[in-house]
Amino acid sequence: MGFMIPQASDSIQELSVEELRAKVGTGMEIVDAEEHMLLSMGPQHPSTHGVLRLLVELDGETVVNLAPDIGFLHTGIEKNMESKTYTKALVMTDRMDYLTPMTNNMVYIMAVEKLLGIEITPRAQTLRLILAELSRLASHLVWLGTSALDLAAMSVFLYCFREREYILDIFEMVSGQRMMVSYFRPGGLWRDVPDEFEPAVRKLLDFMPAKIADYEALLDQNPIFLERAKGVGVISGEQAVAWGLTGPSMRASGVDWDNRRDMPYGGYETYEFEVPVEHEGDVYARYRCRMREMRECLRLIRQGLDRLKPGPVNIDDHKIVPPPRAELGRSMEAVIHHFKLWTAGFTAPEGYVYQVIESPRGEIGCYLRGNGTNKPARVHFRGPSYVNLASLPLLANNSFVADLVAVIGSIDIVLGEIDR
Amino acid sequence: MTRDDMATDKLRAALGEAVEDVGDFRGERTIYIRRDKIVDACRLLRDDPELRYNLLSDIVADDYLPDYPRFAVSYHLLSMHHKHRLRLRVRVEDPDEGPPTMADVWPIATWLEMEVWDLMGVRFAGNGSLRRLFLPEDWQGHPLRKDYPLGYEEVQFSFNWEEINAKKPFAKE
Repeated sequence: MGFMIPQASDSIQELSVEELRAKVGTGMEIVDAEEHMLLSMGPQHPSTHGVLRLLVELDGETVVNLAPDIGFLHTGIEKNMESKTYTKALVMTDRMDYLTPMTNNMVYIMAVEKLLGIEITPRAQTLRLILAELSRLASHLVWLGTSALDLAAMSVFLYCFREREYILDIFEMVSGQRMMVSYFRPGGLWRDVPDEFEPAVRKLLDFMPAKIADYEALLDQNPIFLERAKGVGVISGEQAVAWGLTGPSMRASGVDWDNRRDMPYGGYETYEFEVPVEHEGDVYARYRCRMREMRECLRLIRQGLDRLKPGPVNIDDHKIVPPPRAELGRSMEAVIHHFKLWTAGFTAPEGYVYQVIESPRGEIGCYLRGNGTNKPARVHFRGPSYVNLASLPLLANNSFVADLVAVIGSIDIVLGEIDR
Repeated sequence: MTRDDMATDKLRAALGEAVEDVGDFRGERTIYIRRDKIVDACRLLRDDPELRYNLLSDIVADDYLPDYPRFAVSYHLLSMHHKHRLRLRVRVEDPDEGPPTMADVWPIATWLEMEVWDLMGVRFAGNGSLRRLFLPEDWQGHPLRKDYPLGYEEVQFSFNWEEINAKKPFAKE
């Protein structure tokens, strides 16, 4: 392998306006290109929500075209997982989308369980659903805080992080970790939730509706926020589907689709909840969608808590789930299982599965191939942030540079998941 | 008739021999399509009023080293109207002659194919945007391939700095 000098045309840093257009255009016609300039936005700009660099072609102050330059956070998570056992690879999933670790755990674990062909216990299923919804709530809080901060609404940010901290305390209570929880395990959960879990979540359910009303009061009557959100970054429902834009961003354009309701998984089919749909397709509609979704989260969590019954949280197969600690002193078989699980892990059959769930950002998918060994042969994640980012040039087309910030905030991207 | 069978039958009727194989695993249907017919297959699945697979969820490339054909590219489709998912799969012998780009059917395909090319090195014919996306522009190789070593870099200490630095193929200055 010799040293290869990068060609200017291969490097996004060196692109001219024409080359940019040829490489990453949205296919739209651009006129009067002589006066255009290129602006490099990021990667350290706080409004890009991580380390995202945007190369923006400007006509005066109007965005004509833009190219996302990503990869600053690439850590090779998919490759890394191939060298870990199925259980140990789980810890990588938290680190992709660090704002909603539970749903990331869930999609990977559900893919593993599908590959193994196992069913989990009802209590584990209910707890997973509650925690996934808590995670969605926490993620939406961060989205609301940061995207409002981009539009100069400082106090919302502080309030949102206060409530998010409460949810992270619940995560710490159940898993010992605030963010990188790795709480869902193949066959169930790491362990049952403590007794304080239910009162703590009920307390959240009691105070949260008033808090959401507070945020809305701060923003919905704020003329600056409304001015900057309404009619900005519009995308039609048809375009959203063609460009793979999923989640609340798609539902804000009038596409009535939610994997939780339409292709239910993990017991969602037995719960009552609404899927908020807005029709304007602008930044404000996406904001409305997520605000309404936060209320639906609370509804789901309440129903989940009401039907939470005592019972085992793990399946009874100690080839997959480690035996209880107390058994290790009495049973030789338990010792063998324990040793085998923490050294070699379990083996999964040959074959591949694709599991999709609804993450706070959209459709997160996990492609998992087993090859009969104890390690996955190939793991691939369809990161909703990654796919949603592709429609950014479309959303920001013909908007002002200042509105670009609002648009980036409104599609709610997490760079950890984009770069993986 | 299940939706899986309906899609398979319609593809068989339209493409004949180009439908190479059909597989079921854990309730998921996989239809193997010959490389040159994949765009036709996807267009049919998207436009047929009884199927309407309108969302391209993901494109995944898989490396089966040392088997032959070595690569397989999967297209995960979703029909929102009929609430059904389907997987099309293409066997790829030579990564430089991958399947044709799907950009005409779903514009998002350009973006998804860029990731596949960067990390797995399967080149999609007709996709002009294939460039390094996650990795630096001067990166060599495609890390998700099975023959790409993991833990390639040795740890440098003061006593072996010179020796390891001399072996490094890049980043010398």
